[in-house]
Amino acid sequence: MSTSLDHIRNFSIIAHIDHGKSTLADRLIQMTGGLDLREMKEQVLDSMDIERERGITIKAQTVRLNYTARNGELYELNLIDTPGHVDFAYEVNRSLAACEGSLLVVDASQGVEAQTLANVYHAIDVDHEIVPVLNKVDLPAADVERVRQQIEDVIGLDASNALEISAKTGIGIEEVLEAIVHRLPPPRGDENAPLKALLVDSWYDAYLGVVVLIRVVDGRIRKRQKIRMMATGAAYELDRVGVFTPKLVDTGELGPGEIGFFTASIKEVADTNVGDTITDDKKPASKPLAGFRPAQPVVFCGLFPVDAADFEDLRAAMGRLRLNDSSFSYEMETSAALGFGFRCGFLGLLHLEIIQERLTREFDLDLIATAPSVVYEIVTTDGAVKELHNPADMPEEVRIKEIREPWIKATILTPDDYLGAILKLCQDRRGIQVNLTYVGSRAMLEYQLPLNEVVFDFYDRLKSVSKGYASFDYTLEDRRQGDLVKLGILVNDEPVDALSMLVHRSAAEARGRVLCEKLKELIPQHLFKIPIQAAIGGRIVARETISALRKDVTAKCYGGDITRKRKLLEAQKKGKKKMRQFGKVEIPQEAFIQALKMGDN
Amino acid sequence: MSHKEQGRGNGLFGVYVHWPFCAAKCPYCDFNSHVHRGSFDEEVFVAAYEREIAHLAEIRPDVEVNSVFFGGGTPSLMQPESVGTILDAVARHWPVKDDAEITIEANPNSVEAARFRGYRAAGVNRVSIGVQSLRDEPLKALGRLHSVEEAIAAVKLAQSIFERSSFDLIYARPHQALADWEAELRQALDLSTGHISLYQLTIESGTRYYDLFRAGKLAMPSADLAADFYELTQDICAAAGLPAYEISNHARAGAESRHNLLYWRYGEYAGIGPGAHGRLVRENVRHATATEKLPFLWRDRVLAHGHGMIVDDRLTWEEEGDEFLVMGLRLTEGIDPRRYAELSGRALDRRQIEDLTFAEMIETLPNGNIRVTDRGFPVLDAVVADLAA
Repeated sequence: MSTSLDHIRNFSIIAHIDHGKSTLADRLIQMTGGLDLREMKEQVLDSMDIERERGITIKAQTVRLNYTARNGELYELNLIDTPGHVDFAYEVNRSLAACEGSLLVVDASQGVEAQTLANVYHAIDVDHEIVPVLNKVDLPAADVERVRQQIEDVIGLDASNALEISAKTGIGIEEVLEAIVHRLPPPRGDENAPLKALLVDSWYDAYLGVVVLIRVVDGRIRKRQKIRMMATGAAYELDRVGVFTPKLVDTGELGPGEIGFFTASIKEVADTNVGDTITDDKKPASKPLAGFRPAQPVVFCGLFPVDAADFEDLRAAMGRLRLNDSSFSYEMETSAALGFGFRCGFLGLLHLEIIQERLTREFDLDLIATAPSVVYEIVTTDGAVKELHNPADMPEEVRIKEIREPWIKATILTPDDYLGAILKLCQDRRGIQVNLTYVGSRAMLEYQLPLNEVVFDFYDRLKSVSKGYASFDYTLEDRRQGDLVKLGILVNDEPVDALSMLVHRSAAEARGRVLCEKLKELIPQHLFKIPIQAAIGGRIVARETISALRKDVTAKCYGGDITRKRKLLEAQKKGKKKMRQFGKVEIPQEAFIQALKMGDN
Repeated sequence: MSHKEQGRGNGLFGVYVHWPFCAAKCPYCDFNSHVHRGSFDEEVFVAAYEREIAHLAEIRPDVEVNSVFFGGGTPSLMQPESVGTILDAVARHWPVKDDAEITIEANPNSVEAARFRGYRAAGVNRVSIGVQSLRDEPLKALGRLHSVEEAIAAVKLAQSIFERSSFDLIYARPHQALADWEAELRQALDLSTGHISLYQLTIESGTRYYDLFRAGKLAMPSADLAADFYELTQDICAAAGLPAYEISNHARAGAESRHNLLYWRYGEYAGIGPGAHGRLVRENVRHATATEKLPFLWRDRVLAHGHGMIVDDRLTWEEEGDEFLVMGLRLTEGIDPRRYAELSGRALDRRQIEDLTFAEMIETLPNGNIRVTDRGFPVLDAVVADLAA
């Protein structure tokens, strides 16, 4: 038996990192008895290690709360915890589409951040009712009135009845629950119409196989029902149907307005597409829910095992990750410098970092990542247009008619003090200012920027010039023609493909110089001198030389020294195995990793 | 010697005797040396040496002694009678060649030099003196207890008593100028009668110099300057008729240290005394051995168990190959690549040989030996690493 529509509320929480989203979710679960204290681990909703450490949500998760309101009636409150990062904008959009309203949580001592803004706009896009919540009002630094005003000025929401709470101490939590019941609208749906459910997210569980998170819009979904995914056409018979409390609980069916899960014999997450519509196989809906689109990788980079012998392990690990994350793509790549590896596509830089970290951490692999690259469109002289994911694949310059690169619209919020430095940074990165407004002492900047300038080291620079106070978000805008060139690096006159990159002509020389200087420090002296050059096409734009080793000999070596010397030699031999032989030059793995981390200087 | 065991060894066998005590610890020294305050019973120690010799002869019989070397520490702190007793024990347990080289390391203090005749009577026929410098100021900085005058007197005394003698100098010292070293070296060559060891100062971890260096209080020469020091030294010694036969050792033809050649030619040796290392072939496997380092623990262990050995590792073929290269390439005579193949079970990498030959780091001699060139010696460790890879 499912709850009647007017006693269901579906909501999500929008907040910047550290503004208290997870703490509030924990409180709500605790107050409604979803978990007893013993079972409650901190931040139960962020269950992946990486999510927990970084305080971010990658996978959408949901929890059903049974709340008896002050009017004495029992309500079913479904919280969907959404990914909060721009890389996962589409996932955020679909999660929000599964709800009717949101809590906008803003740290009363910090104020509105860029990321909050982007997510609020997503919520407004899907017609959410939004309840502003000022968190951490108990902190001495809290400035409730200022932040209230900011919400009105920056976002344009009425904040006069914003709730004042402290998720940490529990102040105002009950008011939050009451606001969910009374200020958010109930879902609408037709129980008698053919089944229509939104696929919100899915993940791989070692025991259950693929678990699919859904929001039922019309009709009912039941155990053993045969359903169909409308985008792929694949049909499955359902094994289990239920809800999260946040533990998995079988209910056998879900009705209109409800959020829950099902399992079927689905092999991998790639078989399920976020945003797809699920319907009855025999009595299908006439048309799917609006808003579906397949995931599109935005950033690419090469991932190579440090030890070539780990290649097969890396392949297996990629397959395992892909089981659970269909937005991540990979295909085999061969690099003269780095050997066998994979060219991988990601939704954005954070996604890239997460995948890299999971490969390292969960699969114990040492990896080298090449410089991240965006997707370019190359128009060749014969008029053909092709996508370029890897600078190494760039055609000769004479055959290129035009290169188009992706541009973004960036929103940056910063205290006034750092505005000058940030303007300069954006300007240096070929940015075009769209808007500059003030909200109290904070500036809100809107810039158009080429994405390739952002993947380079923009985050790091922004963090350092603003001492970490600026917040940043972006949306992809369009593709524009750019004067881009391939910057190549030659070590001992041999090109090192893994270090080549596409850069704007105006920045190529400077970047080449920095790379050469870094490599000079990173490549150890050899028995001969090694020229390091940066080149655009055939033209050398920067050059450094590593002088030949002049002195490396043990002065004393007698009978008692042999064991120690042998062990040193063994360590040296082991170290050599970790180097990449390039012509006659051995380049340590570390050099690739460090050279590509340009953000450090 | 059985035919089987000859496969791993090369017919060369020597005995190393470690005397761990010093009058003072030098700030650059990372050897197993101990300053013992107060008296101890030297005879009990000597008895322990005898016991250990007996034990080693038991596990490695059937070899003939080519050389004995008393090192340290400061073996010239030993009474000549003690040296005699130990040499007698060696001769009781192994056959000793008639022309065996018997060396003792000595400090050039007048007290120690006074024992030279006693050592000669005990059977020692070569002395190696730790002069370290012919300038008083650096001697003090190096923590040496003797003066230049004493050192020169000790060297001359040794030359009059022993058939063969050598002395050590340390160069590329903090603040040392090339021209100053040149003058000092020429003076040393005038003093030498056929063998001299010239070591570039090396900062070893665990020494006082190491701490000073880390704290930025020791101005060591740059790699370029150190290379200049090395080249200058080679040129001057070669011109004086004492060319290098090993990285840091120079001799007239025939005056080389036979005992040390045995290490570099990767022969067998028994290590006697605290913290002494050995390489012994048993049942066609080369063993790396080492004894307890702390003198009194070693003594008690020997008296209780008959030996102080606490490490006895069977070396793999690859390990033997590595050791053979590390040691053999230090010699100007080079290595026989066929012996490398016999020991390691694989040939040297042809491409590495070609690349290193092209870079003029190594050369192949008419007899088939591979040797490091004059250009290669200053970067020997890198050359060995390439060749062993």
